[in-house]
Amino acid sequence: MTDVAFLLLTFFILTAQFKSQDAASIETPSSISGIKVPDKDIMTIALGKDGKVYFGVDSPQDRIAMLDNIAATKGLTFTDNEKKEFSLMSNFGLPINQLKSYLELPEAQKAQIKQPGIPTDSTGAGATNELKDWVFNSRKANNGLRIALKGDNLAKFPEFKNVLATLQAQNINKFNLITGTEAPPAGWKAD
Amino acid sequence: MAEINTGGGGGKHDGGKVRSKKASTRIDMTPMVDLGFLLITFFILATTLSKPSSMTLNVPDKTKQEETEPIKASNVMTIFLGDDNKAYYIFGKAANEDPEVKTVGYGYEFRQAIQENARKVPGDKFVVVIKPTKASNYKNMVDVLDEMAITKTKRYALVDQLTPEEIKLLKEKAKIDA
Repeated sequence: MTDVAFLLLTFFILTAQFKSQDAASIETPSSISGIKVPDKDIMTIALGKDGKVYFGVDSPQDRIAMLDNIAATKGLTFTDNEKKEFSLMSNFGLPINQLKSYLELPEAQKAQIKQPGIPTDSTGAGATNELKDWVFNSRKANNGLRIALKGDNLAKFPEFKNVLATLQAQNINKFNLITGTEAPPAGWKAD
Repeated sequence: MAEINTGGGGGKHDGGKVRSKKASTRIDMTPMVDLGFLLITFFILATTLSKPSSMTLNVPDKTKQEETEPIKASNVMTIFLGDDNKAYYIFGKAANEDPEVKTVGYGYEFRQAIQENARKVPGDKFVVVIKPTKASNYKNMVDVLDEMAITKTKRYALVDQLTPEEIKLLKEKAKIDA
């Protein structure tokens, strides 16, 4: 029994992929599509159930490069410490003008702050739309980034439409929707 | 738990000769096993077991205007996604031709409706137009896109704008404010 227990332990240690700490918990709908989400080179736009938009890039290097790019276009400066803090965030939902003050907060207070979401608009290219800046600058940082959308079950369609419009305005017409996996109906075969 | 007492011999034997007591070679493994199970529990809880899958969504290029052949209304099934997890559809007629609006839930019922209508259209001319309304949520949209994959409908379009006729139709026949 002990042998088996330790075998299992070894297995779980080796296969462990830790849940990353996300800005919001999102329950995705499920689909029969069996395509796996790529592990790297991916940016994730998450849509919470209250319609808030969160943005994240998978690799810390890209996060820093993205922050540098956006700081340059918006005329902001971030200290090395803030950049390091930023590179540890798997995703975030803050307007750009609140980002600096958020990064300066100690770890315990960060968790208590309710992130307001990244501003979007219905045309996808307006001046207040910050999602377009993040998408643009992250692609500038890493041109090979694929785009995944992760929506909550209860997110309303108009908010999704805003995200869609933002991507389409930048001529991004192909992306992945992250869903859970469910079994196809009996007798169904993929082509 | 792991303590099995098979302590070395010793004690009295027939011969009456007293032998030196052998120390047991067994170790009490209880703490190690406890720790092992604790770690197993931790790793089971901390891992993400089911990896999410993804469906690809391709949308038409907005910057290019391509002239396409108009689609005949008789081949088109238009699905409106309403609130309360209900979908409404019209088939074979445009919105201004007084079509019959049918209500379906998602799932099996929905699949049957698509397959039934697809059979009425010859060849591969069947087209599904998906129009989510303001009241619908993201899950509804993914469900419908998933139904397209299940029913193997090759030609479908996700359209986010409703025409004035459609808004009027939905208001009159389905009692929803689109």
